[in-house]
Amino acid sequence: MSEKKTSERKTSVSRRGFLRNAVKGTAAATAAACTTVVAAPPEANALQRPPKPLPPEAVGLLYDSTLCIGCKACVTACKDVNHMPPEVGPEQQAWNGAPGNPTWDTPVELSAKTLNVIKAYVHGTGATKDAAENGFAFIKRQCLHCADPSCVSVCPVSAMTKDPQSGIVSHNPDACIGCRYCVLSCPFGVPKYDYNDAFGEIKKCQLCKQRLAQNELPGCADVCPTGATLFGRSDELLKEAKRRTALKPGEYTHFPRGDIAGKVGGARSGHEKLVEAAYQTHIYGEKELGGTQCLAVSAVPFDKLNLPTKVPETGYPTLSEGIQHTLYAGMIGPAVVFGGLAYLAHRNTKDHTEE
Amino acid sequence: MASHAHAHQPIGGRLLTLPFLVCSVLVVIAAFILAQRYGHGLGAVTNLSDGYPWGIWVAIDVVIGSAFGCAGYVMAMLCYILNKGEYHPMVRPAVMASLFGYGLAGAAVLIDLGRYWHFYHLMLPWYAQPNSVMLEVGLCVATYTLVLVVEFAPAFLERFGIEGLRRKLNKVLWVFIALGVLLPTMHQSSLGTMMVIVGHKLSPLWQTQLLPVFFLLTAVLMGFAIVVWESVMASLNFRRPMETPVLKKLAGLMLVVASVFVALRVVDLLVRGQFGQMFGGPQAGWFWVESVLMVGGLALLIPKANRGRSRALFLSSSMLLTAGILYRLNVYLIGFTPAVGPWHYFPSVKEIMVTVGVFALEIALYLVFVKKLPVLHAIEDHSANSGAPTSNAVQAKHG
Repeated sequence: MSEKKTSERKTSVSRRGFLRNAVKGTAAATAAACTTVVAAPPEANALQRPPKPLPPEAVGLLYDSTLCIGCKACVTACKDVNHMPPEVGPEQQAWNGAPGNPTWDTPVELSAKTLNVIKAYVHGTGATKDAAENGFAFIKRQCLHCADPSCVSVCPVSAMTKDPQSGIVSHNPDACIGCRYCVLSCPFGVPKYDYNDAFGEIKKCQLCKQRLAQNELPGCADVCPTGATLFGRSDELLKEAKRRTALKPGEYTHFPRGDIAGKVGGARSGHEKLVEAAYQTHIYGEKELGGTQCLAVSAVPFDKLNLPTKVPETGYPTLSEGIQHTLYAGMIGPAVVFGGLAYLAHRNTKDHTEE
Repeated sequence: MASHAHAHQPIGGRLLTLPFLVCSVLVVIAAFILAQRYGHGLGAVTNLSDGYPWGIWVAIDVVIGSAFGCAGYVMAMLCYILNKGEYHPMVRPAVMASLFGYGLAGAAVLIDLGRYWHFYHLMLPWYAQPNSVMLEVGLCVATYTLVLVVEFAPAFLERFGIEGLRRKLNKVLWVFIALGVLLPTMHQSSLGTMMVIVGHKLSPLWQTQLLPVFFLLTAVLMGFAIVVWESVMASLNFRRPMETPVLKKLAGLMLVVASVFVALRVVDLLVRGQFGQMFGGPQAGWFWVESVLMVGGLALLIPKANRGRSRALFLSSSMLLTAGILYRLNVYLIGFTPAVGPWHYFPSVKEIMVTVGVFALEIALYLVFVKKLPVLHAIEDHSANSGAPTSNAVQAKHG
């Protein structure tokens, strides 16, 4: 700023004066920038915009790792109802199968062909289910449908959207430009792109919204035999998750199946079961990055299940959008700067070109 | 006015030189690889994955390539906004370098976009998603490329003697000059903001809400450094006299910007309580390479005598340029760890050859343009005015 003023007053400034001003100006800018950082402790950041609450009709899934038996019926059902192609690793080809015509679906990770996958944790002898030491456990991976999703925040062309009622995050390939910023930004590594297709698309779980529209359950919750994957309103699921994490080993309790409210997909019988492993008190998705509509409970800590645990309790968009909307609020800042620049450029080019 | 029309001259000479031919071959190789990419998808030629959806085509071609294109930004700011007429002779070559830098960054985006046939959705208001930092960057870069075309148009109009249009354009050029300073300030800082949202996936050595400030500083620094570097190179390769007095001042400015960058970096690490990360934190080694280059480059410029020595200037501008490149590479690739891994990324040979081809095209175009268009400042003029080769630079403003 000081540089501009000086040059307004007199057209020829000495080199020294200019450098001095440049130093002053940059020093002032540095000081200003430093005070912004110092004045903004990470917890109460002045630049952050307020976090977004869950939508009124938010729905999701509750995954209970202690109930999961690793049958992967949900993986198959997901492929069926979403018409996703099988994924065959190089070592999983049928022994007599014709190349390029595999019959065996063996996904190991989420991908553009797999929207839902069950992964296993194994430690030591792997003898005990749901034990972190010498045990094993399962984890289901699919889109968590964040309250404040990064993928929606970054998408430049509104291809990734969050339904204002159900909160389901879905993707429209007809709008998508394929920049893969959603893939990069997702804190949970969920959206995937098909790199082996010249016309590849972004793929992610959309909570079977096409089935929900017909009062049918999402494929995974529909087929889960133990109720490890339970569908429902997010607030009810959170209540159920809290009930489960308060259970003690040796207690006998009821586990519902299908829809927790018994409405979507019709009423189903649950089952009574002995609680064998001690639940972690941590409900994954309750607070992570501003909360997610899909939750998980487990007896094995979630970092062991390879889920990101060292994450803040507000979504990253609160900061990135906060910075952007502070700088560009109403485009007033850029307009004022443009005015100043235009004035100077107009005056100075006159000097340069017209004598 | 008349003296200005002739202040720039094509340097002439043969087009088919060895460097030009080498660059052309590299461009042809890249074109073959791109045919594969469009026929069989990104996976056919790149090592991109869902862990590393952005590779060197984004990090180098776009993020670093556009910083190379900041020469026009900083020189226009000095010359027309801060009214430092002595920089006038360096504006046009700088604007041309920017035009190539940005034009090719734009082309690189089309290479990298997975659904490139929808790219125009970026410009349609009903697709716009105003929270997206990328939308701001995309629109801003596209507009700026057009502004650069207009800013560079006088060179074409002079060359082909379209005097009437040139005069008309000169009357409104100030609008484009103002835009040409505003837009890079916006999108170069936003290139930093773009990585704020990756959160914990970027090493704490680089993840900060000051990313936009650091990206703006590296843009300005790399803009100055590329002008100095090119100027020294041009004087060596085309046997032109060094524009020493102007370069001295630019060296002073580089020193200031680099010092501010280093100071802010230290303050930022201290305030965030991540100072210890530089000893054994993730990718701390690369932090040191980046910082040593930056501090070394600026230290070379502290003795005033060095700012007039071509070797010192060349070394220092090379170091600062590399430091800026590394900083941006660290933020976009090296310091980045995907969410649910493990994932690995190292660019494939074909991926590298495409990036090499993009930069080769930039060099080939530079060679053609300076030889055929009035881009570089004419040397003959000064002898008429005075003995010193650069005095006419000073006069350009007033006379």
